[in-house]
Amino acid sequence: MNLGPHADFIVAAYAVTVFVVAGLAAWVVLDYSAQRRILGDLEQSGVTRRSQRKGDQ
Amino acid sequence: MPVIDLANPTRFLNIVNRVLPWLAAATALLFAFGLARAMNAPDDYQQGATVKIMFLHVPSAWLGMMGWGLMSAAALGTLVWRHPLADVAGKAAAPIGAAFTFLCLITGSLWGRPTWGTYWVWDARLTSVLVLFLLYLGVLALYWTAEDPGRGSRAAAILTLVGAVNIPIIKFSVDWWNTLHQPASILRMGGSAIDPSILWPLLIMAAAFTLLFATLWLAAMRNEILRRRVRAMRIMQAQEARE
Repeated sequence: MNLGPHADFIVAAYAVTVFVVAGLAAWVVLDYSAQRRILGDLEQSGVTRRSQRKGDQ
Repeated sequence: MPVIDLANPTRFLNIVNRVLPWLAAATALLFAFGLARAMNAPDDYQQGATVKIMFLHVPSAWLGMMGWGLMSAAALGTLVWRHPLADVAGKAAAPIGAAFTFLCLITGSLWGRPTWGTYWVWDARLTSVLVLFLLYLGVLALYWTAEDPGRGSRAAAILTLVGAVNIPIIKFSVDWWNTLHQPASILRMGGSAIDPSILWPLLIMAAAFTLLFATLWLAAMRNEILRRRVRAMRIMQAQEARE
């Protein structure tokens, strides 16, 4: 595929886009893992949410 | 299930957990199709292959503005109806909208250098989009640095609604002022000015980027709900430790 005399600009634009989108996806995935881990640790230490306690009653 | 049930965070989480994998798969498939069409699109008669930057720049611009529109609706929900998920929605959309606005500015600069001969001009369109990006940074600062999350959210919601005036300014800037940026060529009276061989890849890429925004937004909302649960449980843990 011939991108012409300005290929560098086209490649740079797509590279920046991939980098930013990958960064967003990584942020969302890593944040989800971190929150799940912290919630798991809290529940293991015996802390329960008020709505969970009401459900048990 | 009535729509109002979506307001319940637990029910919302259950729905998001079921929907997200399908949304992510649809996003990937549409991107694969869109990028294939974009790479095979013909060169523009004036700007040659650099027209391929349009397939990134235009969807990014649309989503940057759409993000602020979603945040404005969420801000109304926060301030007027105190909807439980409204603040979550606004806070989750802000970094994603900021990222797309950033992409709009960067890809626009990379497109401008070979076509206009310059990376930047202070014309109305470029300047108003830069203002949008700075507003995003301001809203993010309010969400992420406020000591009291409730006050930070209300301040962010007010800034969001005030900043919403910038959206029609961006849209109509090319009509109201003499700008280097071209006027509307897609949504305009008399139909699109773009040839279908370039218009269709653009619309497919726009759809793919929109699905990407939706996927990231729902996932970020899920994370924010979990984060608030963690905060509530830590507060309970501290109270129990004191007793």
